[in-house]
Amino acid sequence: MHWPSFFFLLFGGFACLFAVAVVLASNIVRMAFYLVLSLAATSGLFFLAGADFVGAMQLMIYVGGTMVLLVFGVMLTSQSPFVSMRTSSGQMLTALVLGGTLLFVLSFTAFHVPAWQPTHRPAVDPNTPLLTATPIGMALEGYRVDQLDQPDPRIRQGMSGYLFPFIIISVHLLVVLVGAAYLARAKRRST
Amino acid sequence: MNFLLANLLSEPVGVAHYMVVGAVLFTCGIVCMATKRNALGVLMGVELVLNGANINLIAMGSPYLQGENATLGLDGQLMALFVIVLAAAEAAVLLAITLNFYNSAGSVDIDQADQLRG
Repeated sequence: MHWPSFFFLLFGGFACLFAVAVVLASNIVRMAFYLVLSLAATSGLFFLAGADFVGAMQLMIYVGGTMVLLVFGVMLTSQSPFVSMRTSSGQMLTALVLGGTLLFVLSFTAFHVPAWQPTHRPAVDPNTPLLTATPIGMALEGYRVDQLDQPDPRIRQGMSGYLFPFIIISVHLLVVLVGAAYLARAKRRST
Repeated sequence: MNFLLANLLSEPVGVAHYMVVGAVLFTCGIVCMATKRNALGVLMGVELVLNGANINLIAMGSPYLQGENATLGLDGQLMALFVIVLAAAEAAVLLAITLNFYNSAGSVDIDQADQLRG
């Protein structure tokens, strides 16, 4: 028994299962619940791939933040005619056929790229823990401590970290949240 | 298909397996966006699509899954962090638009949002 594969099957199976459940459920509250479970299983996959910081952020921001926002929206708009809205079966059938075709093409492609196949000699031994929080924090500050041994000086010059994108998304998030609060404010009647 | 499921419990998984999970989430998100009539259902579809992309980024950057000189390194994880933050911003805007639409039209059915149609 190869335990990483077992846990990959467990988390990946849950993620796929609940993603399909999101599509098939017609009740909006159940869809939100299945989405929470799918996102939580996805964070398990992140931990399994050695991305501990991103997995923790997935749990905190997505499952803890975005989903609360979403459930808040569901509660504000869940009048009885909108809780369960069904699509016509013809549209659903077309979407499923197209989605199945897309899924087949993507999976077929993924399994025919030689660089993506399973390897018995990974770059890091699976028993070695990866600690990514410090390098990620340094990279967001503009220092790539994980790329210090890059031999090519020209490539090393371009790896000056992610300080600028970090500032841009910070300001972007601030502007977007202020704009969202302005858009969603309660309208005062003019009369 | 025997290469897919053969010895999956006794052999290590690769990037391709993660990508299949990502593809399933992506496809579910696309179908969700296309078929749901509730605006919040469409938002959930977008979240699923972004998560499928995130799985791909993490898998490409994972040194557990790929051999020497083949990994994306930390860049995949940083991109995934940016995607998570942008997804949070996008969810906030879409929720605000939905609430505004609900206040003005009294419905969250996106089929009724056709006032701009010529």
